[in-house]
Amino acid sequence: MRGVAGVASVAAPAVALCVVLLTLGTALVVGAGAGRFWPQPADWAALRFTLVQAALSSALSCLLAVPVARGLARRRFAGRGALISLMGAPFLLPVIVAVLGLLAVFGRGGVVNDALALLGLPRLSIYGMHGVVLAHVFLNLPLATRMLLMGWQAIPAERFRLAASLGMPAPALFRHLEWPMLRAVLPGAAVVIFAICLASFAVALTLGGGPGATTVELAIYQALRFDYDPARAAALALIQFALGAGAVALGWAVLAAPAFGAGLGRRIDLLPPKGWRRVVDGLAISLAAGFLLLPLGAVVLRGLGGLGDLPAGLGMAVMRSVGVALASTAVTMAAALVLALAVARRAKGARAFDAVAVLPLAVSGLVLGTGLFLTLRPWVRAEDVALPVTVMVNALLSLPYAYRLLLPEARVLHADYDRLAASLGLSGVARLRWVTLPRLARPLGFGAGVAAALSMGDLGVITLFAGESGATLPLYVHRLMGAYRMEAAAGAALVLVAASFALFALFDGMGRRAAP
Amino acid sequence: MKASILALGFACLANMAAADTPVLTVLTYDSFVAEWGPGPAVEKAFEADCGCDLKFVPAGDGAALLSRVQMEGAASEADVVLGIDTSLTAAAKATGLFAPHGQTWANNLPVPYADADFVPYDWGWFAMVYDKTKVTTVPKSFGELAASDLRIVIQDPRSSTPGLGLLLWVKAAYGDKAKDVWTALADNIVTVTPGWSEAYGLFTEGEADMVLSYTTSPAYHLIAEQDDSKAAALFDEGHYMQVEVAGKLAATDQPELADKFLAFIGSDAFQSTIATTNWMYPAVTPKDGLPEGFDRFRPAKSLLLPADEAAAVRDAALAEWQAALSK
Repeated sequence: MRGVAGVASVAAPAVALCVVLLTLGTALVVGAGAGRFWPQPADWAALRFTLVQAALSSALSCLLAVPVARGLARRRFAGRGALISLMGAPFLLPVIVAVLGLLAVFGRGGVVNDALALLGLPRLSIYGMHGVVLAHVFLNLPLATRMLLMGWQAIPAERFRLAASLGMPAPALFRHLEWPMLRAVLPGAAVVIFAICLASFAVALTLGGGPGATTVELAIYQALRFDYDPARAAALALIQFALGAGAVALGWAVLAAPAFGAGLGRRIDLLPPKGWRRVVDGLAISLAAGFLLLPLGAVVLRGLGGLGDLPAGLGMAVMRSVGVALASTAVTMAAALVLALAVARRAKGARAFDAVAVLPLAVSGLVLGTGLFLTLRPWVRAEDVALPVTVMVNALLSLPYAYRLLLPEARVLHADYDRLAASLGLSGVARLRWVTLPRLARPLGFGAGVAAALSMGDLGVITLFAGESGATLPLYVHRLMGAYRMEAAAGAALVLVAASFALFALFDGMGRRAAP
Repeated sequence: MKASILALGFACLANMAAADTPVLTVLTYDSFVAEWGPGPAVEKAFEADCGCDLKFVPAGDGAALLSRVQMEGAASEADVVLGIDTSLTAAAKATGLFAPHGQTWANNLPVPYADADFVPYDWGWFAMVYDKTKVTTVPKSFGELAASDLRIVIQDPRSSTPGLGLLLWVKAAYGDKAKDVWTALADNIVTVTPGWSEAYGLFTEGEADMVLSYTTSPAYHLIAEQDDSKAAALFDEGHYMQVEVAGKLAATDQPELADKFLAFIGSDAFQSTIATTNWMYPAVTPKDGLPEGFDRFRPAKSLLLPADEAAAVRDAALAEWQAALSK
C-alpha cells in the first residue's frame, strides 16, 4: 500500500512538470536566441481589446448561467436530460461552424433580422464588440451552466430537506445553501471562460467587424506566419500567459470552498418553489434553450444539404479524429484526476498544481505547435509524429476543463470520505475502485465527454504536422471550405458535430449512469 | 514519448525500404494536396517518368509555408517549395535558402514576370465577386464601390494572402491616396476575416453583397456546380495579380530531380491540371486551351508591384489600412 501512496505523491508533480514543459517550455523554445522585444502601440491596443472582450464574455456567460442552472436543478420536465445534453453542444462546435450557425440566426439575413424587418424595424448588425461577446456567450454559456448545475447537484439532498422541514424561506435558502455553492463554483467557471476568450482569434476577428477587433492571438499569428519574428511571438505568448495566470490568482482570492458536510449522496428531490418563481425558471430555461439550439438547428440544416456531396476521403479522416480523441481523452482524464486529487487533499505544492492545471487555457495554440515543431524537428519528421503530437496537445488543451470539473467534487469527496476511508483502512487501488471513481463518476464522465469533443474539434496543431494523407476531420472541413466547396464543408462539419456529440454523450451518459 | 520513439523506428524502416528510389519532397500549401486539388494528378504525371517518389508535404496556407521554410532552415528535408505568392517572394529570397532555378521555359502571364529564384506555376486576378441576382448596379471602380451602399467582406492582410493582395492592389492603384480610398471604403466593409474561407463562407451565407476573391471564382460555380449566378466586378483601375511560384531550396540533396520538377511545372501535363483543380490561370496556357467559361471576366489592365517594392510598401500600407478602418 505504501507503494501506491508513493506513486500518487510522485504522479502529481510529474504531471505538473509535463504541463509546464509543454506550455512555458515551448514558448521559451520559440523565443530562444531571439533578440529583445518590447510591445508596440498596436499590441497594447490588441491587449486592451482582448481583456475587455474576455472579461465581458466571461461575466455575461456566468451571470446568465445562474438562473438557467438553477431552473434546471430544481425543475423536472419531459426531455430535461436531452435538453441538458444538447445545450452542451455549442461548446463542441468548430469555431467557424458555430459562427455560421449564429449568423443564420443573428446575421443580416438571419431569423432575428427577418422578424425585425417584418415588424418594420431596422435590421441590427451583429458585427462589433457586441457580436464578439454574443458569440463567446453562445460558446461558453453551456459550460458555465453545466459547472453550476453540478454545483447544485453536489449540495447534499439532506440539506435541502432540512431547510424545507425548518420552513426556511427562499431568501434564507439562497443565503445558507446556494450562495456558498455559487461562491465556490462561479469564480472557477469565470476564470476558465475568461482564459478561453483570451486566446480567441477567429471569432473575435470575424465578428469584430474590422482591425479594431484585434486580439493578442492574431498578433502572434502575424508575427509567426508573415513576419517570422519568433521573439515577438514568444513575448506576446508570455503576455497572454501572464493574463491567464493573473485571472487564476484573482479567482483564488474570491474562491471559497463549500462546507456542507457529507450527505447520503442522494440527488436533490425537493419540492420546487411554486408561483412566480416557476415562471422565472421556465423563462430562463426556454430563453437559453432557444438561444443555444436555434443556431445549432441552422448548422444541422445547412449540413444535411451537403451530406450527399461528401468526398471519399472523409471516412479515414473520421477514423483518425475519433482515434486521436479517444487517446487524448484517456491522457487528459488521468492527468486531471491526479492533479485534482492532489489539490483536494492539499498535498505539498497543491497551489502550484492548481495554477498549472489552468495554464494551458491561456496558451497560444500556434506558439505551442511551433515550439513542439522546433523541438522535435531535429529528431523526427513532422508528418511521422503528427498523430502522437496531436494527441498530446489535445490532451493538454482539454486538461483545464477536465480538472476544473473534477476539482469541486474531489474536494467534497476528500472532506467527506477521507476519514471514513482511512478508518476502514481503504487505500490505494481499493480506495480508487470503491470510493474515488464511483463518487466522481459524474464529473469524470462529463469531463471525458468534453475532452473527447474538444479533441475532435481542434485544428490548432495538426496543420503544422499533418502529412499528405494525415488530415483529421476539422482539417478536412477546412480544406473543403478552402476549395469553394461550402456545401460539402457544411456536410462534413455536420459529421464532425455528430461524431463529437456522440462521443460526448457516450462518456457523459456513462458517468451519469455510474454515479450513485 | 513512447509513441514518438515508435514512429521514429517506423520512419527509419520505411526509409530503408525505399532507399533505392530517390524521393523528391515538395513543401506546399494544404489545399494543393487535397484529394480534389492538383496534387494527386501532378504526382501521378511526374512519377510516370521520373523514376522517383514525389512526396508532397502540406504546411498550412501560403504564409505558413514560408515560416515553415524559415523554421527548418538549411536542415529542411524539402527539395522544392511550391505555393509562395509574389507578395512574399522578397522575404523568401532574403532568407538566402533558395537557389536559382535555371529554367528557360516561357510563361504567358499578362505582365512580364521573371525571377532568378522562382518560377510561376499559376496566377489570378483579385476581384470583388458578387451574386448577379442580388447586385444590379455593379461598381466599376473602388470609388464607385465606396460611394455605393454595397456591403463587402474582405480578409485581414495580417493573416491572409488575399487580404495582403487587396492592400497592395489599392496601393498600386492609388499610391499616396490609398489611405483616402480605405477611409471611404470603411463603411462598406461588413467585417474582416482571418482567411479566405471565412470570407467566402460569409458571402455565400448572404452576409455580404461582395467578397474579395478572384476573377476565376465565378468559373468554379459555373463549371463545378452549373451555377451561373456569380460574377466578378471589373474595375477601371486595373486588377492586382497574385502569382504563385515554386523554388528550389539551396540545401536540397536531390538537385537534378528538383530541376526536373521545376521543368515539369512548365509542361502541359502540369499546366493542364491547374485550371479546374486550383481554379487559377495556368502560367502557360495549356494546349487544349482553358475550359469553357473559365475566362469570362478579363480585366483590361493588370497591376503587379515588383517583389521588392511590394515588400517595401507593406508595413506603411498596413498602418494606413489599420488607421483608416479602426475609426
